Order: sequence, then structure tokens, then C-alpha cells
Amino acid sequence: MSWKWVGDRALLVEIGDDDLAAANARIRRLSLDVRDRGFSEVEDLVPAARTLLVLLRPGAEPGSELASLLEAAPPKAEPAPGRLHEIVVRYGGKAGPDLADVAELHELSEESVIALHTSVVYTVGFLGFAPGFPYLIGLPSNLATPRLPTPRTKVPAGSVAIGGEFTGIYPRSTPGGWRLIGGCDMNLFDVERDSPALLAPGDQVKFIRS
Amino acid sequence: MSLRIVRPGLLTTVQDLGRIGSGALGVPPCGAMDPWALRAANRLVGNDDTDAGLEITLIGPEIRLEADHVLAICGSRFDADLDRSETPHAAAFVARAGQMLRLGKSREGARTYVAVRGGIDVPKVLDSRSTYLTAGWGGFAGRALRADDVLPVAPANGIARPRRLRSLESYCSEQSLRVIIGPQEEAFSSGGLGAFLSSTYRVSPRSDRMGLRLEGPPIDRIRPADIVPEGLAAGSIQVPADGQPIILAADRPVTGGYTKIATVVSADLARVGQAKPGDRLRFVAIDVAAARALWRDREAVLESGAAEIS
Repeated sequence: MSWKWVGDRALLVEIGDDDLAAANARIRRLSLDVRDRGFSEVEDLVPAARTLLVLLRPGAEPGSELASLLEAAPPKAEPAPGRLHEIVVRYGGKAGPDLADVAELHELSEESVIALHTSVVYTVGFLGFAPGFPYLIGLPSNLATPRLPTPRTKVPAGSVAIGGEFTGIYPRSTPGGWRLIGGCDMNLFDVERDSPALLAPGDQVKFIRS
Repeated sequence: MSLRIVRPGLLTTVQDLGRIGSGALGVPPCGAMDPWALRAANRLVGNDDTDAGLEITLIGPEIRLEADHVLAICGSRFDADLDRSETPHAAAFVARAGQMLRLGKSREGARTYVAVRGGIDVPKVLDSRSTYLTAGWGGFAGRALRADDVLPVAPANGIARPRRLRSLESYCSEQSLRVIIGPQEEAFSSGGLGAFLSSTYRVSPRSDRMGLRLEGPPIDRIRPADIVPEGLAAGSIQVPADGQPIILAADRPVTGGYTKIATVVSADLARVGQAKPGDRLRFVAIDVAAARALWRDREAVLESGAAEIS
């Protein structure tokens, strides 16, 4: 692996080759490794799809131990799988206004889209975009769909959506450009809970048709 | 021990230095847009850098003191008075119970900070007192302050010694921002990179705490604007398909899927926080070693600046 500076306070490690699921598993492993080593110069970590952003404390230099960990071969061992969450989804209708378009773009019936979307156990690759928003990895490749050319100004909370090669769930009502295929009633993020985010990177998600 | 908001001003929020350590939950850092000014204000009243103060945007609030407090205002110069007599800028002063602190319009940049000895004592959410406006939590009730809000102030230890800053920042409407090129510089044509570094960009009125939207010559690209989402650092400049750059600020999402041409160096993030709609910005590329030297110089000013008045 190698890293590059993002500004003067962050380092970006990227795993470019490998398929998305394998690269992401390595990023999650690396993120845990960096966290567990407790480097004094590290302020925060943002693991994402194929990258780990290492934010440094103000004025801190990356030490040689951190640099050598980030430059070493990507960790081989996959992190242990997290919890399995079964999430009930109302597909189509008002909750999933883009289901018909997704079906048409892929020359599938709406029934086939739902069957494909519920056929997989997804892995939470990372949380991003908004607190608790899961980027789920494992979408069947024939459901991968570009984002809307013009994002919606308001996506309802609980919307289940497809964005590129990811599927995900909007934790709260926000603007958004993903294709909405259904809705669920899960509270994905609540600061009042001990563990605010319902899903953690590495957790497994299975969608069930209501 | 409290401050009562009589008039809230345009956008007044409780902020500290941000929510650190929650990136993996998808939670943005938030915190002061000009962290240097908040730290300076805190030091002037004898607080820790990490204590919470008020971030005031373009038009300030009217605040009634419910007890005696030591205050300091630091950041951009605003019209400001305490019971009609002008308050000092970047120096601690004492205000008595019943007095009214009025902040009017900014005479310089976008933001100023009011620190109160002891710090604003709202509950911490995910280890920070910063307001996260779009999600509606943190700070005071998760929102901008309104009339009749009463902000608790924590008791302070020891005796406050009045302090004044020796070296003052001034904020003008035309700024050069130093940047480190990348991390996706290869997505842009050499003409696009050249335009970015040679043009003047105007700050759009659609800018907010998430980012400064800039208007100017579009930045030409040779690869698509969309990338697989990756973590975003403060000051990173993303360029969506329309070629108009956005400088990411305190309330930025933790990840984003647009190419980034450059990142503003940490010593110049205060200038990003002080840029207001209509200001003109230019970008100058430097290397990481130079950026780190600029940061050390800036810290030295802060370390030596908050001197006691003898």
C-alpha cells in the first residue's frame, strides 16, 4: 500500500486493485489495526470503500511506526463478520418511487429487482454521507444504477436506495441522489442510544420483503 | 450563571473545536469555522481551548448578562457594545449582571466568537458541545439560538487575569489560500489545474457551514467527477461535474464521491471560515513542509499572543 497527503493534516491510504468487497474488508481491518495501536498523532479515522483517511492531530507529524503500517502489504486477515440484521422493506409504491425506473433500466421486471435485492447478504462497508448511513456492499451487478442526474431535495427517512454499486438506507430525511426502491422503519441513528449507529462497518444486512 | 439571548442575530450557534473520533459513525466534526479565533477568545478569558463559545455569523445577537461574567470577542471585528459603550476587540472585559451585550454587523469577515469565562455549559453529545445544524442535535437544542434561550455558563476555577492579544488577524474580502494539490489532481486537465491556480473565485451566497461554494472559470477535467466515496478532510476542494469548486468546511459529510483538486492548508482554514458571500479567493500551491511551517508560525502567534495586561 501507499499513502498520500490530503492537505497537511490527513493521510489517504487506497487499495485500488482487488474487487470492492475484498478491498473494503482490508480497509476495515487496517482501520481497526491503526485504531488499536493507539498512535498519539492520530486524531480520527474515516474508513470508506477502498480508502482509509487518517486525520492527524494539529501540528503532529506521522511517526515512522504509523507510516510503516500504512506502507506495509494490505492486511490479509478479514475482520470477523459483525452482527446480522434482518430489515423488512416495503418495495415500490410511495416508499420506492424509482423501482419501476430501475427495473426498466436493467430490462427486468419489478419482481425480479426485488428478488435480486433480497437474494444477498450485504456487508456494511462503511458509514458516510450522513450519521449512520450504511454503504452496503454486495449489490448484484445487474442492479448497479447511476445516481439520479438531479438529486431530490428531500428523501424520506428509512428509504432503501441504490447508488452506483452500493445499496443503502437513508437514516433521516435529507437531500439525496440515490434511486429509491423501498422503505423501512429502522431507526439507524439515535444520539440518545449508547451505540448511536444501528449498523457498524462489517455488520451483515439481509433485506426481507414485507 | 447564564446568558440570555434577547435577539439571536443571523446565525448564532454554540460551537467548540468539534466532534473528534466519530468519523467512522458517519458523524461530521462540526465545531468552529474559525477554530483559531475561538481558541484565542477562550485563552483571553482563561478557558481551555476546547471550551464552548458562541459562533456569530455576519449579524450578531443581543445578549443579556444574568450574572457577572468575563467575556472576550475574537475573530472578525463586528460593531459591538456593552450598554452602549464600545467593547474591546480581542481583549477580555468584565460585564455585570443585567448589562446588555449587543453585536451588530460585521466590519470584516463572516464570523466572530464570544467566549465566556467557564465556557457555555450545554451537554456534550458524542463528546462535543458543537451544534450539528442539519441533524438537529448537539449545542443548544441542536439548533441556532433564538430569542429567550438561556445558556448556562460553567463555573470557572481561580481568578481571571484580563488578557489581550498582541497580534491581531485581519480579515479582508480578497484572500489567497495556500493549498496542497490532490488527492485527485490526475482527474483534471493541465488547463483545468492552471485555471484553478490562476483564477479568482467568488464566494457564492449558497455557501454555508458545510462548504464554501465558489463561482468562477469552470475547472476542466479529463476523468469523471464521480469517484468511489472516500473520507473528506477540512479544506478539501471538491469539483463536481459543473467544474465549480466547493471548499469543504466544518459540517461537511464525512465521506464524499466527487474528485478533489486540492486541500486548503490548516493554517488557512481560519480564512475559509471568515470568507463571506461575494469575497474573492485565489489559490496558491505549496508543499506539505511549507504548510506545516505556516501552521507552526500561526501557533506561535497564539502561544505568545494572549499576554496578560500589565
